[in-house]
Amino acid sequence: MKDVNLKDFAFTGIERGEIADLRTLDANDKHRILHAGVDVDSANASAVFMHMDQSTVHCKSRDPGLELLDFNVAMKRYDNLPEYAWKLIDRDKDEFTKNVAGNTHGGYFIRTKPGAKIAKPVQSCLFLKADNAGQNVHNIVVVEEGSEVHIMTGCSTAHGSTHAAHLGITEFYVKKGGKLTFTMVHNWGENATVRPRSVGVVEEGGVFQSNYVLMNAVGTLQMYPAIYLNGRGAIARFNSIIVTPKGSHVDTGSRVIMNAPDTRCEIIARTITTGGTNIARGHIAGHAVPCRGHLECKGLILGGGQMLAIPELDATVEGVDLSHEAAVGKIAQDEIEYLMARGMDEAEATSTIVRGFLNVDIMGLDGPLAKAIQEQVEQIDSGAM
Amino acid sequence: MLKIEDLRVSIGEREVLRGIDLHIKEGETFILFGPNGSGKTSLLMTLMGFSGYTVTGGKITFRGQDITHMPMFERARLGIGMSFQRPPTIHGLKTRHLVQMCARGREIDPEAMAARVNFVDFLERDINSGFSGGEIKRSELLQLMAQKPSFVLFDEPESGVDLENMQLIGKVVRRLLDGEVDLPPGACAKPLKCKLRTSGLIITHTGYILDYINADRGQVLYEGHLCCEARPRDILEHIRSFGYQECIKCLNEPSGLTPLDVTRTAS
Repeated sequence: MKDVNLKDFAFTGIERGEIADLRTLDANDKHRILHAGVDVDSANASAVFMHMDQSTVHCKSRDPGLELLDFNVAMKRYDNLPEYAWKLIDRDKDEFTKNVAGNTHGGYFIRTKPGAKIAKPVQSCLFLKADNAGQNVHNIVVVEEGSEVHIMTGCSTAHGSTHAAHLGITEFYVKKGGKLTFTMVHNWGENATVRPRSVGVVEEGGVFQSNYVLMNAVGTLQMYPAIYLNGRGAIARFNSIIVTPKGSHVDTGSRVIMNAPDTRCEIIARTITTGGTNIARGHIAGHAVPCRGHLECKGLILGGGQMLAIPELDATVEGVDLSHEAAVGKIAQDEIEYLMARGMDEAEATSTIVRGFLNVDIMGLDGPLAKAIQEQVEQIDSGAM
Repeated sequence: MLKIEDLRVSIGEREVLRGIDLHIKEGETFILFGPNGSGKTSLLMTLMGFSGYTVTGGKITFRGQDITHMPMFERARLGIGMSFQRPPTIHGLKTRHLVQMCARGREIDPEAMAARVNFVDFLERDINSGFSGGEIKRSELLQLMAQKPSFVLFDEPESGVDLENMQLIGKVVRRLLDGEVDLPPGACAKPLKCKLRTSGLIITHTGYILDYINADRGQVLYEGHLCCEARPRDILEHIRSFGYQECIKCLNEPSGLTPLDVTRTAS
């Protein structure tokens, strides 16, 4: 992991006023956050949240089944959220958690009503605009019993060159029979330092589905979100798409701990390095039976860089069913020629194979986000081939 | 349509085609016979333009254009299509998506096309992933239907196919070669059909495909040389009775009167 000196960033004094209508953002910012999967012009949202530099600038729920508050407002309103805040993550875990705990700028508190099926996704955007800004956010998501919600969160800097740090704590609570789909798209730049710290708990029959997309350069990013399946029949799935261009240092993984019988999990990562360093971790632990988990990490090196895959399985009881598959390879010539025989030129054929490899369709995304991802896939090839 | 002149091809150091001359006319279906390792597949691969098949001499002309060294995708766009015998699996690429890409922007109905090769259930599957022999053939035909080439290369359309599938595949191959066209009402089909017929070069071991298609001409490829031009059924019959041994004699026959010709004259 690259060393980070938090003194290089200003963690105070970069406040922003409320932005009542996000459509008034300037075109560049809009474009940047669109590439982080957030379309402010879209009406397809049950709630909209935006945090810019060190302030929550927009926070509105449009669905009666969904509560959305700025983190600090929620802390005040609910007596410091004793059930939820800092319950899954130790505030003294590392210098980044300490930094956030000492001066939380904001973040979202999202809670569904029991049984509420929120039809439209929650749109959230964490944005770094000022140079040298340090951002401390804390997010809490509570999916009450039998409810369902999809959160789409995009994190972005204003420019590919913005020098900034994002530190984010996120705690997920998926209660009995609840379902959370959490899609996160990162659109940083080569001078961004990113340290998310995320942990979640899933109760009986609950489902946690994570989609993560990182297609652009990031200076240094390290995260290892963990989900605890504590109730019978709970399910966790992680799908990640990670591309590391030259100059990127990315150390990420997903971790699932199965503590109850009949739990299942799947961690699937597709990574491409076009010159950067990519450490792809994965960890599945089985502490109750029956439980089943599969970890899959496939990587491609296109033109340079390093790929280090570290899959781990930890079983402590007889009868667990855990497996992993890791591979680092290249685009096969016979696949390219197969498509060229159908009339595609080499760039088209490569982009089609890369898109398939990245398994974008598995996330079931559509609209501008799917389009933005497609555009970025095409850029990978032109840069690398 | 396709003219091959004194074509010589090597794979690495090994010469696999040693001076091939072949002319396939517009709308004609040509059958290529030959034992394993005779260079049949190499000829198809070279015509399509695969890497690894180095043309060391001769010339390939397609519709008047020299394509000897043309990139594969340009040949495809000119109208050459190929049915692969062992196509690679491409993970994450849905059959439906590939079929659409084969059409290159032309309006097509993948569902209706897939229905014709009994392949609708496979449209959402990754291309070639876990496909059986018959499924690969149907998938290849579906892609060719979408691509609509004017000249098709078939590498053993019957290999690895059970009898039930063979009938379906045979019919679809025939339809492809006959040129599919929705005639305007009252139009005379015959002249139009002749014009729209797709040309084809088909490799066959067993000859089963001959039960379904109208093959015009055939020839045997043996150790990189073409020989024994005759009607495909006669060649097949001859090979069934005598094997390919006769081809050696034929190659050494200076008169040009091949054993096959002899058989035919005698009968």
